[in-house]
Amino acid sequence: MAVKVKVPTPLQKIVNNQAELSAEAIDIKNLIDNLDAAYPGLKERICDESGKIRRFVNIYVNGEDIRFLQADKTVLKNGDEVSIIPAIAGGR
Amino acid sequence: MLNFTNDQIKRYSRHIILKEVGGKGQEKLNKAKVFMVGAGGLGSPVGLYLAAAGIGQIGIADDDKVDLSNLQRQVLHNTSTVGKYKAESAKATMEAINPDTKVVTYNHRLNVHNIMEIFSQYDVVLDGCDNFATRYLVNDACVLLKKPLISGAIFRFDGQLTVIAPGQGPCYRCLFETAPPAGLVPSCQEAGVIGVLPGVVGTLQATEAIKYILGIGQPLIGQLLIYDALSVSFTKVRIPRNPECPACGPHPSITALLEENYQQEACQIHF
Repeated sequence: MAVKVKVPTPLQKIVNNQAELSAEAIDIKNLIDNLDAAYPGLKERICDESGKIRRFVNIYVNGEDIRFLQADKTVLKNGDEVSIIPAIAGGR
Repeated sequence: MLNFTNDQIKRYSRHIILKEVGGKGQEKLNKAKVFMVGAGGLGSPVGLYLAAAGIGQIGIADDDKVDLSNLQRQVLHNTSTVGKYKAESAKATMEAINPDTKVVTYNHRLNVHNIMEIFSQYDVVLDGCDNFATRYLVNDACVLLKKPLISGAIFRFDGQLTVIAPGQGPCYRCLFETAPPAGLVPSCQEAGVIGVLPGVVGTLQATEAIKYILGIGQPLIGQLLIYDALSVSFTKVRIPRNPECPACGPHPSITALLEENYQQEACQIHF
């Protein structure tokens, strides 16, 4: 499935400074693997050693948090918009 | 009965003529007590606009002193206040804008021992701190006290904003369960921040605070607003309540504030 992926500023360096990517994937896990193949190092930022999505990174499909869908098994459809949102804490 | 002086009627006239505010709304603002966590980038527009709006009392906690490198974005401070406590510098600026606003300063950090007593004196809390430890501490204190919390965060060109209304919507721990581990991420000084970014996000925080006090419009409860300055995009995502949330879930494990839960160095940011 062809989806759009919004990449947060902290990760844009890894994806050649793009804010938005197009990718093909059947579900979120597959999307992360495919992106990591194209942009090595991306997966380790999003997932821990066991491959689980880190607890301070949220992924949304069309604005819905995948933790409350089917987590990384959330199936993607053509045209879905995926956002990767890390926690940020700056204020000063 | 409304007891405005002639000067106050003039000062707040653009509020008073709004039917959503009016004299009664302005009186609510004049009686409100708001607490600002941090008088830095986010705290600057918050302090300026809330003082201008005539908020009755504004408390500020910040243990930091004004540094020349702050002035690129922290518009509460100026060259002549470099070296002074930020809370004191902020107080001088805010009281110069509006003598109706009483500013109470705390030149130290919030911690598990003082936060509950301080927050209990205020109606609304605005978080503009610069580290995860304080962010979770502020969240947990607001959940325990059932205080509305308007949380803003910035990083380089990105901003995040949400309104936490304990009992009505999710809390910060529903959104991000835990902070990134220390050491995984560069410091704020290394990461940098575009100077106007806290201006945008802090002004939105002040807007949500004023709306909350007035009881108008739709508060940003249960939603995260993400601002990307480079692509000029505002995106909203839904934040569901986490039924297993350790702070605001039906069976919370955080029922008191324990020091060991908030141990992280300042300026840790993700990635």
